Formats: sequence, C-alpha cells, structure tokens
Amino acid sequence: MHLIQQIIFIICLGIAIYLFARKTGEIRRNIKLGRDEDLNDNPAQRWRNVLLLALGQKKMFKRPIPAILHFFVYAGFLLINIEVLEILIDGVFGTERVFQSTLGGFYNVVIGFFEILAVLTLVAVISFLVRRNVMKVRRLAMPELDGFPKRDANMILYIEIVLMTMLLIMNSAEGAIRVQEGTGNGFLISGLLTPLFSGVSIKTLLIVQRVCWWGHILGILAFLNYLPYSKHFHIILAFPNAYYLRLRPQGEMANMKEIQNEVLYMMHPELAPAATGEQPAHQRFGAKDVMDLSWKNLLDAYSCTECGRCTASCPANITGKKLSPRKIMMDTRDRLEEVGRNINANKSFVEDGKTLVHDYISVEELRACTTCQACVEACPVGIEPLSIINQLRRYLIMEESNAPQEWNMMSGNIENNMAPWKFSPDDRDKWAEELTAQS
Amino acid sequence: MQIKTMAEYAANGENPEVLFWVGCAGSFDQRAQRITKAFAQILDKVAVKFAILGKEEMCTGDPARRSGNEFLFQMMAYNNIQTLNGYGVKKIVTACPHCFNVLKNEYPNLGGQYDVIHHTTFLQQLINEGRVRLKDGGSFKGKKITYHDSCYLGRGNNIYEAPREVLQALDVELVEMKRCRTNGLCCGAGGAQMFKEEEPGTTRINFERAEEALHTGANIIAANCPFCTTMLMDGVKNKEKEDDVKVMDIAEMVAASLAD
Repeated sequence: MHLIQQIIFIICLGIAIYLFARKTGEIRRNIKLGRDEDLNDNPAQRWRNVLLLALGQKKMFKRPIPAILHFFVYAGFLLINIEVLEILIDGVFGTERVFQSTLGGFYNVVIGFFEILAVLTLVAVISFLVRRNVMKVRRLAMPELDGFPKRDANMILYIEIVLMTMLLIMNSAEGAIRVQEGTGNGFLISGLLTPLFSGVSIKTLLIVQRVCWWGHILGILAFLNYLPYSKHFHIILAFPNAYYLRLRPQGEMANMKEIQNEVLYMMHPELAPAATGEQPAHQRFGAKDVMDLSWKNLLDAYSCTECGRCTASCPANITGKKLSPRKIMMDTRDRLEEVGRNINANKSFVEDGKTLVHDYISVEELRACTTCQACVEACPVGIEPLSIINQLRRYLIMEESNAPQEWNMMSGNIENNMAPWKFSPDDRDKWAEELTAQS
Repeated sequence: MQIKTMAEYAANGENPEVLFWVGCAGSFDQRAQRITKAFAQILDKVAVKFAILGKEEMCTGDPARRSGNEFLFQMMAYNNIQTLNGYGVKKIVTACPHCFNVLKNEYPNLGGQYDVIHHTTFLQQLINEGRVRLKDGGSFKGKKITYHDSCYLGRGNNIYEAPREVLQALDVELVEMKRCRTNGLCCGAGGAQMFKEEEPGTTRINFERAEEALHTGANIIAANCPFCTTMLMDGVKNKEKEDDVKVMDIAEMVAASLAD
C-alpha cells in the first residue's frame, strides 16, 4: 500500500516539476526576446534592494492595512514551505512526519506556529476577497481587470483557502487519532477542531488524514503550475526583479547611443565610420512591439501582480484619462505571451500583423503621461511602466511622425528659436536688461 | 546691478563662482521671469559671483526628449555641451527642476560633466553658511504655507528636504498636503504636457492638485518649478481663489525676506 502511494507520489511530483520547468523555460525564452541591457553593476546595492523590497516588502508598508494582511500570506507562504518540504520527503520516501524524530518535543511547537500562520493566512485571504468583491476597493475593481484578471485574482485566493483548510483538517485528524489512541494531544490550532471528530473511528480518521494529505500536496503542485499563467508569478519574480531594478535616479531617461552618434557624425562627418557598402540592418527607434523593449521591461511585465498601486497614483488616471500604468504592464505581458505562442507554433516568430502599440496600447494612453514617475515610485517590486511608455512614445514620434500638432509646433520652436515657445532667441536675456535698468 | 554673461567673464580672463542656467521658462515666460529676477537679486545681494549664458543658452531638450523626439534632444544637448565645455563651466545652478534633471543626470552620458545644483538647495546652503541673512519676523512668519513637490526634484532626484528647510528658515507654518514627498501629485505639466492640450478626462491635473493645495487652508502655495507655478496658478484661478491664495516660488519668498 505504502509503496504504491510512494510511486504515485513520485510520478505526480515528476510531472509537476517537468510541466513547471517547461513553462518557465518558455517564459525565460520570451523575456530574452527583449533588447540587451546590462544591469549587473553594483551587486551590493542590488542585493540590498532584494532584501529591502522583495524580502522586506519595504514599499508595501506605504499602505499599512493591505501590507499587514499581505505580510501574513507572505510569511505563511515562506514558512509553511518548510512543512511542505517535510511532506515531499514523506511522500518520496514513504516516511511519516520525518522531522518529528529529529526535532522531538520542539516539533509540536513548530507545527503549532505554522498553524497560527495558516489561520492568519486564511484571515488575510478572506479579507482580500472582501476587498475585491464586496468593498470593491477602486484599484481592485477597475475595468482593465474585467475577465481573466479578475477570475485569476479570485482563483488564487480560493486555492489558498482550500490549501490552508486541508492542512488544518489533516493535522486535526491526526490529533484526533492520537487522542483516541491515548498517545498524545492535537496540535495548537487544529487541536481545537478535534472535538468535531469525536466518535469517528480511527480508520475513518486515517482516511480523512490521507485524503487531506494528498489533497494538500496535489493542490500545491497544481498551484505551482498555475503560477506561470497567473499574475501570482510575482511570488517568484519579485526577487530577480528587485535585483535588476534601475539604480540611476528615476528622473533620468535612458540614452539612445545610436542617435547620439548620428548627431555627432552630422556635426563631425570626419568621425563617422567609413561606409562599407553594406546596408546597415534596419534599426528601430523606440519600441513598436515587445521585442523592441529591453529584457528588463519584459521581466517587469511577468513580475506584475496587477495590484494597481501605480494606477492609483497616476495623475492622468486620477483625472479620468485612459492611461493606466498597470494596463501598460498587463498589455505588455499579454502581447509577449501571444508572441510566445506564435513561436511555439512556428518555431520562430511569424509576422502576425499586430504590435504592442496601437493593437494593445493606444496613442491616447501614451499621450496622457506626464512622466511624473509616480507609477515607478509606487511599485513595491521595482517595475517601471514609464520606461515602456517612453520607448513607445519614441517610436511614435521618430518612426511614425505621429505627434499632436502642438508638439510639432513645440519641436519647431525648439529647433528654430531654441525654446519651446515662439520667442526670439535675442530676447532670452531681456529680463537681465530690465533688472539692470531697474536698479 | 550688472548681470554678466560667461562671454564677458571669459573676455576678462575671469571665472564666475557659478553659472546660473535660466532655462526657457525663466527667460521668456512673464511669470517665471519674476522668479528669475528674484533669484538673481538674491545672488547679487549676497555677492555670489555668477554668470548667465545669455543669448548662448538654448533649451536643454527636455520637452523634446520626453515627447519622444530623441533627435532634437541630442542636437540641443550637443550644442549646449559645446558651449558649456567651451567656457570650462564647473558648477551650474538652475531654478528649473527639468533643466536640473537633464543637466545633472542626462548630459554626463553625452560628455557634459558639471556640478549641478537646484536653486532651492543652493538657497538652503547659502542660508546655512550665513551668506543669506533673513529679516527677523519676515513677511511670511507664522503664515500658513503648503509646499508642492515637483516631480523632477522630488521623485526624479530625491530632493525633498532642502526646499522645506528654506521654508522653515522663513519661519512659516508648513502644512503638508496629503499627497506629498514621494507621493506628491504632479501639476500636470511634465512630459511635454505643458505644450499641448490634456487628453480627455474628468478634470485637469492642475485643477485636482490646486484643489488639494487649497484644501490645506494655506495662504501661499510654495513651488520650486516655473511650470508647476503656472499650472497651480491656473488651478487656483479656476477656483476663483487667486485673491486669497498666492502661488510663489521659494526664491521669491527668500528675496522678499532678505535682511537689509
């Protein structure tokens, strides 16, 4: 009996790991479709960001109530995984609570602590469901979440409720068995449920325990494989994303070396590299599609858990414009997934007549951005929607000459009058003359 | 008072202590010119040896770059860096956070390395060093004042305290808006929005921000950016409060409070 269970368990674990590795491999490939960008400088500062932002959740605490609830789930996730490790070992080797013998009396304390976390997780998850579906907190009930994103968010919460409940019932059934056998007591929290099992035979209790054991671990393996399709993937990618986040001041826009050189060669033709007769490969200015973005922009898209803190702080969104930084990230991921499916089907990307700009993100959205960096500042895991917006805007202006008339006038003024308004450059220091005349 | 250009200093074989980068708004916009004049008066009063570029100054290219026109930005940057490097400029002060951000963060990549400082930080240093001395019981003493963080000084460059310290030196009663410091709400002008109509929405960004500022009950909204100043003034006018509530740059407040 045990041997069959062990074999089934190993097969399930193998399949789960294989499927997860395959999907994450695909995501890795998709992210690498992006442009190169070297983000390996200053490892000390980068590790600090991982500790503070990802592990320490520093930015989450700008909003204390969701931060505390989120911390319960996060701590539960990290620590209950120790129990999951035990379950995995038990499953593979056919042992029963393998850590019990090494930890002795301390084992019950540890399990009791995990049970407290499980209850806190349940409290938090139910609060999250209420915030989303009953209170309809604005950032959690916006139209860009209609359809899959909303179902995805609720699904994650339901799965967590099922997993935590299974864990507690399993422990409780075990406690009931020990009480009936007179060999011990129940665990700290699940022991409180033991009276529910009074009068239930040990045989039935064993079945309950086994069903919950299997349900819990199979649920976890299924959840693991749901992650890469879900916004919940952030529980893994938050860490690399915090490591690779930009270290330069937020106000600085990325330089375009190729255009810097164009201008240099225009001013100093003697510096231009000698023509080789070959046509240079077409270089795209700015980003039209996901492949034109940097790999970090694409990692950002997969790291986003659609919490909407960016959108809630966006001045354009607050004042009713179409722009939502969260939607920029969701669109980037959706388009990248589409490109990924295209590659899966055709071995390499086959032109599908769609692009990130226009088909996913409209010009109106891009135009509304004030580059105020509130979205970047708000993101708990260092995602930069502004970087994507800037690159798409560069494409619109430089490749499509797609600008509002007022911007064309502004550019014309800068070019001809050296100021964005139509003033004579000769009047630039008129204020100084006036001031001199005054005194 | 005499305001000298870099060319005039160079002709005499002299170097100023600092270059005052005026910026397009500070040079041409009538409201912003008053900020420029106030700041120049402070520098003159406390005998900071400063120069301007005068007619040689050009737009840094900030609105071009942020609208997406990298070519135009690179051209402006190239020309400005040629001028600045030609004079061997070491230190620049500017009253515009957009110019500040470009000069400080974006020109170094293109060969323009300068020590760049925003005028509110410069004023704070002058006050701390005792070079700027303020009247006891100046005109702002005890007045209720709220401070608007500009995006490119605040989030863009993490400068939140220097302007507030100047306000404290003026003995004002500082009342913060709910959205301040890292959470500060934009005035709506950045990203070249100043030069175009807003996209359709439920309200204007500057209306939203000005309402928030008015809500504090402050008599003065202190700003550090010529664009924010314009946007907030329009927002205050929209609420017909322009007679009760003034929008002032911190330099104007300091200039009005200098000890004799």
